[in-house]
Amino acid sequence: MLTLLFDGIAYGMLLFILAVGLSVTMGLMNFINLAHGAFAMVGGYITVVLMQRWDIPFLWCLPLAFGGAALLGVLLERGLYRSMYRKPHLDQVLFSIGLAFMAVATVDYFMGSQQQIMQLPEWLRGRTELWDGALGMGHYRLFIIAVCTALTIALQYVLTRTRFGSRLRASVDDSRAAAGLGIPVNQVFALTFAVGSGLAGLGGALGAEVLGLDPTFPLKFMVYFLIVVAVGGTSSITGPLLAALLLGVADVAGKYYVPKLGAFIVYALMIAILIWRPQGLFVRKGAK
Amino acid sequence: MTPTVLEARGLVKRFGGIIATDHVDLSLKLGARHALIGPNGAGKTTLINLLTGVLSPTEGRVELLGQNISHLPSHARVARGLVRTFQINQLFASMTPLQTLAMVVSQQRGLGGHWWRPLGHSTSVITRCEELLTLFRLTEVMHQNTAALPYGKRRLLEMAIALACEPKVLLLDEPVAGVPAGEREELLQTVAALPTDVSVLLIEHDMDLVFEFADRITVLVNGAVLTEGSPEVIANDPHVKAVYLGHGEEVLA
Amino acid sequence: MMDARTQLLSPTHWRWYESLLWVGVFALPALLPSHSLIINEIAIVALFAVSLDLVLGYTGIVTLGHAAFLGAGAYSAALFAKFMHPDPLLGLLVGILAATLLGALCSVTILRGSDLTRLMVTLGVALLLLELANKLDWLTGGSDGLQGVVIGPLLGRFEFDLYGQTAAWYSLSVLLLLLGLARRWVHSPWGATLMAVRDNPLRAAAIGISVTSRLAVVYTLAAAVAGAAGALLAQTTGFASLDVFALERSADAVLMLVIGGVGWLYGGVLGAVVFKLMHDIISNITPQYWTFWMGLFLVMLMLVGRERLSPAHWLKKAKGEQA
Repeated sequence: MLTLLFDGIAYGMLLFILAVGLSVTMGLMNFINLAHGAFAMVGGYITVVLMQRWDIPFLWCLPLAFGGAALLGVLLERGLYRSMYRKPHLDQVLFSIGLAFMAVATVDYFMGSQQQIMQLPEWLRGRTELWDGALGMGHYRLFIIAVCTALTIALQYVLTRTRFGSRLRASVDDSRAAAGLGIPVNQVFALTFAVGSGLAGLGGALGAEVLGLDPTFPLKFMVYFLIVVAVGGTSSITGPLLAALLLGVADVAGKYYVPKLGAFIVYALMIAILIWRPQGLFVRKGAK
Repeated sequence: MTPTVLEARGLVKRFGGIIATDHVDLSLKLGARHALIGPNGAGKTTLINLLTGVLSPTEGRVELLGQNISHLPSHARVARGLVRTFQINQLFASMTPLQTLAMVVSQQRGLGGHWWRPLGHSTSVITRCEELLTLFRLTEVMHQNTAALPYGKRRLLEMAIALACEPKVLLLDEPVAGVPAGEREELLQTVAALPTDVSVLLIEHDMDLVFEFADRITVLVNGAVLTEGSPEVIANDPHVKAVYLGHGEEVLA
Repeated sequence: MMDARTQLLSPTHWRWYESLLWVGVFALPALLPSHSLIINEIAIVALFAVSLDLVLGYTGIVTLGHAAFLGAGAYSAALFAKFMHPDPLLGLLVGILAATLLGALCSVTILRGSDLTRLMVTLGVALLLLELANKLDWLTGGSDGLQGVVIGPLLGRFEFDLYGQTAAWYSLSVLLLLLGLARRWVHSPWGATLMAVRDNPLRAAAIGISVTSRLAVVYTLAAAVAGAAGALLAQTTGFASLDVFALERSADAVLMLVIGGVGWLYGGVLGAVVFKLMHDIISNITPQYWTFWMGLFLVMLMLVGRERLSPAHWLKKAKGEQA
C-alpha cells in the first residue's frame, strides 16, 4: 500500500507540474486554455526527437523541453491568445480546442500516431525496496518526485519572495488595479504564460515514460489538468498542488483496488467536489 | 401612525474582518420618499443588497409588510413587492426594450411560466408595455437592441423595468447617475409622481435633488447610521456637515 | 413603424418559405433515395444540436457533456427494443423518458458555479456514463456496443427498409415536431425569461425570476429532446455504441451551433447540414486530417468573432437599424 501511495504521489506531482501553468494563466488571464496539454506534448516530443535522433542525454533534454515549450508559448501568446482575452468563455474554449486539434493532427502527420518509447538512462532505471518490499520505489519515480518538489519550492519562492511574484499575485487579484499601479501587466502575462507552458513541456518530457506519449496526449489528459485546476482553484499554487496529489493518489489507488470502476471514481469524486464547492476546494478567502 | 412597510433591524454584514453594515436600523413608512445618503464607501449599496437578498446578513432581520423576509431569496422578495434598481445598469443586452418590458410584465402577472402562447399574445401585457414605454419616452427606440441604446435611454429602461414589476417598495440605487442635468429632474419627477401607496427609498449624492425629493433622510457613515430625520434637521446637523466637509471641522460629540 | 404586438409576434409565425422548405426536405428521401441514410443522420444530429441550443444558446449554460443524454436515449431505446418490445414509437418514448430522468437528476450539477465548473461537471457526467456503460458490458455490450437492435414497423405499417427511406421520414417527422415544440417554448414568456437568465442572472432574480428553477427545467427539457435524438439514432442504425457518450459528440454539436448560429433554433439545423457536408467533403480529400482543418476553422472563426458567421447576427443588425 505504501508503494501505491508512493506511485500516487509521483503521479500527482507530475500532474501538478503539468497543470500549474494552466491554473496560473486561468487565474491571471481568466482564460480557459484547453490547448495546454499540447505544450506538454511538444515538450515530450522534443525530448524523444533529441534523444533518438541526436543522442542527447536525457538530463539535457529536460531544460530543452522546457525552453522549447516556453518559446512556443511566448509566440502563441503574443500572436494569438492575446486577441482572445476579452472574449466570452465559450469562444475561448472553442478557440483552444481548435488549437489542440491542430496540434494533435500536426504531430500525427510528422511523427506518426504510434506511442513513443522513451529510453531512460541506466541510472534512472531500477528500483529500491524498503522494509521487505512494503515500499517499492522506482528510481524514475523518485527522480520525478525530486525534480517536481524542487520546482514547486522554486515556484513558491518566486511567488512569495520576488518582485515578479508579487506583481503576478497582484495581477491575479485584480489586473486593472495592478495596471493602475504601474505593473506591466502585459509582460507579466507573457512571461507567466511562457513559464507555464514551459513547465507543461517539462512535465510532458518527464511524464512520457509514465503516462505515455502519442498525438492524442493533449485530449486524453486535458480532463485531468482541468480537474486539478477546477478542484484546486486558480488563486494559489498550493491548491492545485493538493488537488493534483489527491487526484494522483485517488487514480492510482482506484485503478489498483477497484479496476472494474477505473476512472469512474475520479470523475464521480470531481463532480461531487464541484457540486459541493463550485469555486474549487482550496480557494483563498477573499480572492476573486 | 403611518404603517411601516420595510424594516431593517440590527442588520450586520461582515466580510472577513471588515464590518460593512454596522447594526443598522431603518424604517420605511408607507408612501415615504426616503433618501439614504452618505460618503462613498459608506455601505449604502451593501445595505440595499442586504434588503433585497443579494447578500445574506451576518446578524439582524429584514421585514417587509410585517413579514420576516430575512431568508427569502431575491426573486421571492420581488414577488412580494420589493423591487430595486441598480447603480450600474443591469439590462438584458440581447433583448429590445419592448421585449424586455413584455417579459418583465408577463413575469409579474404570473405568465412567466407560460410556455405555449407567444410573448405578444396577452393584450393587457402589451397595453401595460405601451404605457411604460410612453412614460419613459422609450417608444421610439422600443425595437432597438438594448446594447445599441445611448446611456440616457438605458438608464430610463433600468427604471422602467423596476416599475414594470409593480413595486410596493422601490429601492433606487443612484438612479440619475450619469444622466445629463436636464433629464435628472424629469426622471426624479416620474418617481415622485408614483402612487402614494408605493414607498421609495433612494440612494443619491446630488444634495439638491435629495432635498427636493425626500421627506425623510437617513445618513449612513462607515456602515452605521449616523443620524436620521427630516430634511431641515439633517441640513442643519453639524455632524452631517462634518462628514461631508471632511476633516476640516472637528465636532465635539 | 411596426406596432408593439406585431413586432413581438412576428418571429412566432411560420413563414410561407418555411413551409416550402419543409415540404422540400420531406420530398428529399423520395427524390434521392440513395441518400436517405445521410438525410437520416443529418436529421438526428440536427435534433441533437437544437436540444443543445436550448441550454447553450437560449439559457447560456456552457456544457461539453450534452451527449450524456444522447447516450441515455440511445441505450434505453435499444435495450427496450431488444428485450421488451420492438415498436419504434414506444421505444422513442422510453428513450425520451430515460433522458428526462437523467436530465432532471443532472440539472442539480449545473445550478451553481462558473463557466469552467459547468464545463467540468457536464464533461465529467458524460465521461462517467461512458465508463459506466463500458463496465456494465453484460447489459450494454461494453466496447463492442449493443448489437442486433431490430425495430418493428412504424405505426404497425411502415417497415424500416434497407434504403433508409422510412428511417429518414421517421427522423424528419420527429425533428419537425420537436422543433415546432421548441419554437413555442422559446417564443413564449417562459422562453423570454430563459434569455433573461442568460443575459443577466442578477437582474433576472431582481425581477422575480427564479434562476434555479429555470436552469433545472430547461436542462431537463433539453435532455428530453436529446434523448429523442439518441433513441432515433439507436433505432435507425440498429445498434448503440459507447462513442455516443464521447466528448466528440458534444463538441460536434457545439460546433454545429457555432456554425449555424446560437440562439435561433434553425441554427442547429443549418449547422448540422453544413457540418455534415463539410465533414464528408474534407474527409474525402484528406481522410486523416479532418481534425486539423476543423481545428483551423475553429481558431479562425473565434479570432474573427463567431457572431459574424451567424445569419441571426445579420438579421439583428438589420433590425437594429430600423427606426
